[in-house]
Amino acid sequence: MRKQTKNNLITFSGTAVLCFLMAGLSTAGVLDNKTTGLLVPMGIYIILAISLNLTVGILGELSLGHAGFMCIGAYVSGAFSLIFQNTISPVWLRFALAVIFGGIMAAVFGVLIGIPVLRLRGDYLAIVTLGFGEIMKSIANNVYLTMDKNGLHFGFTVPPTNVDEATKQELLKGPIGMAAPQDTNVWIVAVVLLICLAVLMLFIDSRSGRACMAVRDNYIAAQSVGINVTKYRLMAFTLSAAIAGVAGGLYSHSLSLLAAKKFDYNLSILILVFVVLGGLGSLRGSIIATIILYALPELFLRGAGNLRMLLYAIVLVFMMLWTNAPFFIALREKIAASKPVMKLKSVFRRDKSDKSAGGAA
Amino acid sequence: MSENANNTPVLELLELSIQFGGLHAVDGLNLRIKKGCLYGLIGPNGAGKTTVFNMITGVYKPTAGSVLLNGKNITGKSPVEINKAGIARTFQNIRLFKAMSVLDNVKAGLHNETKYTAIEGVLRLPRYFREEKRVNEKARELLKVFGLEDNINSIAANLPYGKQRKLEIARALATDPKLLLLDEPAAGMNPNETAELMETIRFVREQFNMTILLIEHDMKLVSGICEELTVLNFGQELAQGETAAVLKDPKVITAYLGE
Ligand SMILES: Nc1ncnc2c1ncn2[C@@H]1O[C@H](COP(=O)(O)OP(=O)(O)O)[C@@H](O)[C@H]1O
Ligand SMILES: [Mg+2]
Repeated sequence: MRKQTKNNLITFSGTAVLCFLMAGLSTAGVLDNKTTGLLVPMGIYIILAISLNLTVGILGELSLGHAGFMCIGAYVSGAFSLIFQNTISPVWLRFALAVIFGGIMAAVFGVLIGIPVLRLRGDYLAIVTLGFGEIMKSIANNVYLTMDKNGLHFGFTVPPTNVDEATKQELLKGPIGMAAPQDTNVWIVAVVLLICLAVLMLFIDSRSGRACMAVRDNYIAAQSVGINVTKYRLMAFTLSAAIAGVAGGLYSHSLSLLAAKKFDYNLSILILVFVVLGGLGSLRGSIIATIILYALPELFLRGAGNLRMLLYAIVLVFMMLWTNAPFFIALREKIAASKPVMKLKSVFRRDKSDKSAGGAA
Repeated sequence: MSENANNTPVLELLELSIQFGGLHAVDGLNLRIKKGCLYGLIGPNGAGKTTVFNMITGVYKPTAGSVLLNGKNITGKSPVEINKAGIARTFQNIRLFKAMSVLDNVKAGLHNETKYTAIEGVLRLPRYFREEKRVNEKARELLKVFGLEDNINSIAANLPYGKQRKLEIARALATDPKLLLLDEPAAGMNPNETAELMETIRFVREQFNMTILLIEHDMKLVSGICEELTVLNFGQELAQGETAAVLKDPKVITAYLGE
């Protein structure tokens, strides 16, 4: 088997085991409420991190507005569910349509801002996506949508006025946000996460993924072998945006009340931190980094009180060194080549047991 | 086209010129390369040789003149279109896909030869497997020609210098060009590596029936394999013709080769 196929299988099966194990434990009531409550957002952050890794790690373009695409997905799908709350059934169908529609709209915006920006080189994309994210947040923060017996009424910065008071339902309420039906649960997040992971792996390990990496490594050489640089930049960027939109759709259906101010640049930067510390281009790294960095402050550093942020910063610095510093890279190679690890590997190879290796990796 | 294939040159440059601000980097260059010819472009540093390559491949737009490939005007087209039309190149300062494997570098060169869409790839439809298999074999064959079969899974950046040069040539050939442009392929090589490279270039010409235009400073390599030469100096043609005659030209000796 090819090395990349094998690596992907290990990552995928490891993630699948972990996802279903956690979902099973939470359904069985083994986990305490707080841990269970963390699982859904953690899964959503993992989806965001792996999708951002496509733009930053595989395409090599810095995007600082990933929360903007998530915001579009969250609002579009949330509004969809609210509008069709009583018209589309069963619930799973309405929810699936809502999330898909959110992903499509995020992709449309990906194309719209990608076309002008991805033709340029350098840091333009970083600046434009940063602005884009903030603009999306502000728009969402100011949009009002009310439904009555006559249909939908929009309002921007102020609620719509000509509504029928008797039958009105306020769907989007400006800065207060929206209360989409809470259709998301751990199992759905687990399944969507695995689908997104598979799509990204299959995309990266194909002709198109190779083209993206070629553009990343040297766009002049990529052009010289006939690779349409703009096309593949746009393709990867749009796919990344679509998946972020899907994550947003899951997110808006997981909260009792969602306000747009959540989608500010701090969130984009947080996801970028997961991606960078997990290792650019490594989906497995993004997953592991998200788990560690998301669970850590919530689960283990609570008791540390004022020291919490300090400890968090130390972990960040250590992870950065672990993934990037020459000393640690050499150390990791040494560990991988050391006798006990080699022995362990040969044991697993004999058993052909990919799963246990996935747990160890 | 087929009946006059023998007298239509593969590449023809007509009064090709480019200016950067006030600098006439290339000024009225004329050149014809016959099919199957190994043609050399030489001249002192800064003479405009790489700029000629960049104009042929569409990286720079000429300010005047034209580029014809098999009699067809390709002036001003994009680098991608020009590669698809049949010109591939290497770079003076090696431009590999550094973080990708040796095999994937060549497979990236086979990009337009790999016939499945992004969606067929993600869904792993039968065409994906068929095409990947075919392209894999093709890439391996090419790498074998260049003696890189043992380095298939290495990361390109980790190859020794000489092999990086070879990989770049293999990647260019993967696009199935009619004309191959090599920009100082022997730069930075020791005499042994250079001799080996000479053999490889000859072999490529025979094996692939290739027309090659090459920029080089190593006079042993130039006189060893080039059939015709153009000498550039300050963006203008200093001499042109059969290698032996050009290298004896007193103008060339004073301006470039030295006593
Ligand atoms: N993009 C550019 N902008 C301005 N000047 C350039 C550019 N590219 C090349 N030149 C100039 O054109 C001249 C020829 O350069 P080049 O073609 O690289 O020479 P060489 O014969 O050594 O390959 C040099 O003076 C160089 O500085
Ligand atoms: Mg040069």
